[in-house]
Amino acid sequence: MATTENPLQKAHDEEIVLETGIGPAITGDFEVPLGVKPPRKSVWGVFREMPVLVKMGTFWLLIVLFSSIYAQLDTKVFNGSLPLADPNLQLNGFNPATGEFGTGAPLESPSWDQPLGTDALARDSFARAVHGSYVSVTVVVVSVTCGVVVGGLLGSLVGFVRGKTETLVMAALDVLLAFPALILLLALVSMFEVRDLFVISFVIGLLSIPAYSRVSRANSLAISNREFVMAAQAIGTKRWTILRREIIPNVLPTLLAYAMVAAAAVIVVEGTLSFLGLSVQLPQASWGNMINQARRDIKANFGQVLYPSVIMTLTVLALNQVGDFFQRRGAHRGSSL
Amino acid sequence: MAKTIAFVLVRLIATLFAVTFLTFSLTALLPGDPVDTILGTGPRTPGIEEQIREDLNLDDPFIVRYVSWLGNAVSGDLGQSYITDQPVSDTIRQRLPVTAQLAFMSIFMAVVVAVPIGVLGAYRQGKWQDSTTSAGVQVALSIPNFIVGIFLIWLFAVQLNWLPASNWNRLSDGVADNLKTSILPASSLALAQMALFSRLVRSDMIATLQENYILSARAKGLSDRYILFRHALRPSSLSLMTIIGIAFGALLGGTVVIETLFAVPGLGLALISAINSRDILVIQGITVFIAAMFVIINTVVDLLYAVFDPRIRRS
Repeated sequence: MATTENPLQKAHDEEIVLETGIGPAITGDFEVPLGVKPPRKSVWGVFREMPVLVKMGTFWLLIVLFSSIYAQLDTKVFNGSLPLADPNLQLNGFNPATGEFGTGAPLESPSWDQPLGTDALARDSFARAVHGSYVSVTVVVVSVTCGVVVGGLLGSLVGFVRGKTETLVMAALDVLLAFPALILLLALVSMFEVRDLFVISFVIGLLSIPAYSRVSRANSLAISNREFVMAAQAIGTKRWTILRREIIPNVLPTLLAYAMVAAAAVIVVEGTLSFLGLSVQLPQASWGNMINQARRDIKANFGQVLYPSVIMTLTVLALNQVGDFFQRRGAHRGSSL
Repeated sequence: MAKTIAFVLVRLIATLFAVTFLTFSLTALLPGDPVDTILGTGPRTPGIEEQIREDLNLDDPFIVRYVSWLGNAVSGDLGQSYITDQPVSDTIRQRLPVTAQLAFMSIFMAVVVAVPIGVLGAYRQGKWQDSTTSAGVQVALSIPNFIVGIFLIWLFAVQLNWLPASNWNRLSDGVADNLKTSILPASSLALAQMALFSRLVRSDMIATLQENYILSARAKGLSDRYILFRHALRPSSLSLMTIIGIAFGALLGGTVVIETLFAVPGLGLALISAINSRDILVIQGITVFIAAMFVIINTVVDLLYAVFDPRIRRS
């Protein structure tokens, strides 16, 4: 992996470490592919380029995405008739669907019927994990959309127009960045007693805007100095058109690579909130609250802590790997010319 | 130089204003009667509502309240909890040393482990030592700290029964007793920091090892170890210092979940208990304190960087 990069350049880039509020520290290498139109590759072609581990990561992310959609379809459209256990049904209690008392037990080990066993309230942990993925996916989708659209536009814009607008916008964002994001989030969520998944996701998205703006501004600055932008200016193209046709399409690939790494951080932040009991309301399952509930019975059944922890860690790892891959790929394209 | 310092200080003050204003307006924006919000579900003695109204100047306009609150805050008075009747500044004074100890310990552990790993990775770049440590670093960066904490509890408290799963012995009770209760929380916080630091040291050092003065040191016949740790590590200390500063600020916030998990009576746990009892004024006080610390630490790091790195000093 290391041999394919120019170590000197990379090391130099990584010297610039910026804090970014929510989201990983930007290590300076989320800049690069300066306006090179890449040879278009099919999705399959990109997939084949990936190293084995990144392929596995992509595969895992697709599973998580599919689970969240499946869980949502099951509850919203099919009223629980799809083949997946009810995540909130206590298997040792009364089952309104059958009119009988269940024969399950709490803290069971994995079996054919319950692939991940049951939790302390005798609920099917596999079903809960599948439904929990919906929470993580929602937070990621909403916050990344927020970041890419608002942060990306803002950054591209000020990087291109420069001047007072840039100073002002970046100063304002720096203030937001100066806040320890997790603490601000805790204060917000607890004071206003927010428990709605979309509101929480939106707040997380809002707090991650500065990081996205920084990344896109840095790229936009570099691209604005390129010949094709000057050429467009020289023939009198409108600034808005230049922004739309030249700057943004070139900022986007790097920004999306950053978005994947930022998404990993967002999952951890939501997991932390859930773990502290400050995210979605129980009994709705999320990976964080599954871990929190299971840790009380860590002696009796460690598996119940292990499974959601592994699922969450794998997701974070996969996002990091895939994000790194796309970032490296972008860097390559830029340097090969 | 003076210009740089002046600029940094102006920015610091502006940011502090913004941060305090933001936190203060959070409480002011809460719906409903502030007195009800502040008292929450706590007991109500007769006359307390009037007293709160008077203490907090609730009848004044927002800006006036902010200015007087800020004045008090600067002089160390962050108000008091009407639920526990304890001044917020007292809570902070009692809890801060614990959190600070955790933060220092975990950064110390992270640096001690990270530097040799990073040096090894750079020295053996592309060899199996490098790829193994790099993979380990990738994984370490991806495990949320509370999951690390739970696994440490499972391993050392449940399985091996060597260390307590929670509880806290103060440093004044003896270093050994304190270590017993602080080593697990500090390690859970240290893992991700360690990964970050070692990645930085590795990439920094790969660049340094290409320099001419390393070649000349080698030509003089100095041992590899001497060159690595005496000559090559020095330029990395600057970036390491920066990232440590940033990590320290981030840890002040990051300890919240670990302190809750291990029942460590630090600032983070105080914040969580305040959240659970909906003690708005304590939430506000601790939030503003942590935020201010965070801003100040980052500024100090900026300044130190400017002082030590002549390249920045010149521009």
